[in-house]
Amino acid sequence: MELSADFFALFELPRAFRLNLSELDSRYRDVQAQVHPDRFANGTDAERRLSMQWATRANEAYLTLKKPLERAKYLLELAGHDLQAESNTAMPADFLMEQMEWREAVMDARKGGDHHELEHLHNRLRSDINSRYDDVGEMLDVAKDYAAATDRVRRLMFLEKLLYEIDDALASLED
Amino acid sequence: MALFQIAEPGESAAPHEHKLAIGIDLGTTNSLVATVRSGIAICLSDEQGRPLLPSVVHYHADGSTEVGHDAQKNQAVDPKNTIVSVKRFMGRGQKDIAHVESMPYDFIEAPGMVKLKTQAGIKSPVEVSAEILKTLKLRAEAALGGELVGAVITVPAYFDDAQRQATKDAARLAGLNVLRLLNEPTAAAIAYGLDNAAEGVYAVYDLGGGTFDISILKLTKGVFEVMSTGGDSALGGDDFDHRIFCWVIEQGKLQPLSPQDARLLMMRCREAKEYLSKNPEAPITVRLSSGEMVDLKLDVATFADITQTLISKTLQPVKKALRDAGLRADDIKGVVMVGGATRMPQIQKAVGDFFRQEPLTNLDPDKVVALGAATQANLLAGNKTGKDDWLLLDVIPLSLGLETMGGLTEKVIPRNSTIPTARAQEFTTFKDGQTAMAIHVVQGEREMIADCRSLARFELRGIPPMVAGAARIRVTFQVDADGLLSVAAREQTTGVESSITVKPSYGLSDDEIAGMLKDSMAHAKDDAMARALKEAQVEAERMIEATEAALAEDAHLLSAAEFAKITATIAKLRETAAGDNRRLINIEMDDLGFETQEFAHRRMDQSIKKVLSGRKVDDIKMGEDA
Repeated sequence: MELSADFFALFELPRAFRLNLSELDSRYRDVQAQVHPDRFANGTDAERRLSMQWATRANEAYLTLKKPLERAKYLLELAGHDLQAESNTAMPADFLMEQMEWREAVMDARKGGDHHELEHLHNRLRSDINSRYDDVGEMLDVAKDYAAATDRVRRLMFLEKLLYEIDDALASLED
Repeated sequence: MALFQIAEPGESAAPHEHKLAIGIDLGTTNSLVATVRSGIAICLSDEQGRPLLPSVVHYHADGSTEVGHDAQKNQAVDPKNTIVSVKRFMGRGQKDIAHVESMPYDFIEAPGMVKLKTQAGIKSPVEVSAEILKTLKLRAEAALGGELVGAVITVPAYFDDAQRQATKDAARLAGLNVLRLLNEPTAAAIAYGLDNAAEGVYAVYDLGGGTFDISILKLTKGVFEVMSTGGDSALGGDDFDHRIFCWVIEQGKLQPLSPQDARLLMMRCREAKEYLSKNPEAPITVRLSSGEMVDLKLDVATFADITQTLISKTLQPVKKALRDAGLRADDIKGVVMVGGATRMPQIQKAVGDFFRQEPLTNLDPDKVVALGAATQANLLAGNKTGKDDWLLLDVIPLSLGLETMGGLTEKVIPRNSTIPTARAQEFTTFKDGQTAMAIHVVQGEREMIADCRSLARFELRGIPPMVAGAARIRVTFQVDADGLLSVAAREQTTGVESSITVKPSYGLSDDEIAGMLKDSMAHAKDDAMARALKEAQVEAERMIEATEAALAEDAHLLSAAEFAKITATIAKLRETAAGDNRRLINIEMDDLGFETQEFAHRRMDQSIKKVLSGRKVDDIKMGEDA
């Protein structure tokens, strides 16, 4: 096992978007139980340094694989599709229009202090996002259509950000 | 003196002997030290049987000090030279400290952290805290009768990098080997969880003398995973005293008080607060130096009323921590109450109402943090017995970032990231031929730099002149398992490498610590050289022990030549460490470190492979044997 091994290899998991999350959880904990700095508090300097590097790497790997958006982006990166470079291309007009409508709805609900409406928007968006991840899984794991997956993932980046804004609005109403 | 017992070479501890490790709760109001004895965590008491050491240091004109109960007696007589609640000043500038006006001290503004002018000279809060830690260290050494391998020191989970660094510096100054800085609520969870074999998601509500923490933890078999944390590092039981104090001034229509009178009244207010936890009404009687008599009665309802806003101030971070964990109040299986201030009935009621359940108070809220710290120290020291094993996954409480154009913050590591963690960000030059770049590291959640805490500023120099935007400067943040940050910057595009690692500006440089050590030792008439030699010998011993333990387990990972080389290096170091050449000991420790680097690599590799493939490894081995 090398520090530079990819995140799937680190946990000895198959390189796929559809991931058994409870398996990821337990492997992450197993690895941390071996490499965590608490295991080497009394170790040699070399052990302590290595332990910090490994535990840092395991945390980064876990965080990346746990969240579907990060996992998808990472798989595209491994397949040689640079999302950063390609994100400069414009999004289709209809998608952007839809985004603006969503944002307006969120802003109105926020201003009006409409908790119920925000919850409703959250749930609608959540289920939309989930079904898009199903598509991404199909494209990445089965069809291996990385170009199509890249397009979907870019849209999901917008949608996840929107979901975050809704949650933020809900939080500000609670305070 | 126990500090300077130099062991004879032949007498060093045997590898599998029980190692003496302690946990210290360095509190705002009181501090405690605990250890694990025969498998049970216990607090160590002083000669009079008192486990709590008041976190009070009294400085005499000749530089000598009193710590704890003895110092406390001087509070009202000599308030200027009797430092209480020093934890509030750790890693803090003067403007960060609340109620400065009602404190009797002569503050001196110094870069990063205030200092206090006493009759024994100017003292940094780090030095004052070190006095408290030294007292506890001596208490532990006397009780345990031996050399300590190290200590776990607790800090509020919401302490930022500067406050953590200051705490670690204080421990070093007190001559303690810090095994880990541990978050107070996490320590409480260890004490609580291991005692009760709890499983599920728990909230730890920790209101200490001067700090408030809330942590949401997931407890599963053998794993304590902090999901989120929040708090206020300038809110605690002291503020409740202060509310009573203000109420008394208002009710009694008192004129501005002298420092002595103010301290005396504050003590009476604290007593009243404590009395109200068990009684419906508390008398507050003080005879002021003017002869004027204050004689008031405070009832529970009025007390709850004047402290209502403080309690709601604690509930905001609770809500935020729940949101960060993606949970609601109903998801919480139990709420653990920590800190003496949680004895106040109005707090128990507010917390109970919020979580819609009775908070758990079955462990002594004053002791639970120290007990958890001792338990963790015992594990870290390597006193592991088969079943006593657990893993602790903690987080950083506040986001870490950099200043970008227009005074804005760019977050590099978000709050609640599991530690240790590292993240790199790339920046570029904005002027042609630019050869230096200023890097400003901040901590906090706000967008504007001015609203975040400034941790460090440094400059990356020696960037080769290029057109604007061509240089690629990679800034790497690394947070270690103590929650402490180091930052490095490097220009990537050319062969020229410039990198710098900074320590936050609040931290003391090694020179400053050495200077303080020298000062404190001049007074204690200790010999700095003997101490440095002793430290090197202990470190060498520790290193030899760790390497031999590794060899005993995994010699099969080495070739015969590699094995011989390491054992020879150990033998050489052992011989040198028995002598008094400190420089040579350090050089040979470096040699051993170098010789064992590859070995450490192979061991780590083996352990990961083994845990992931489980039985598979055994199967393969058996196949090979056959």
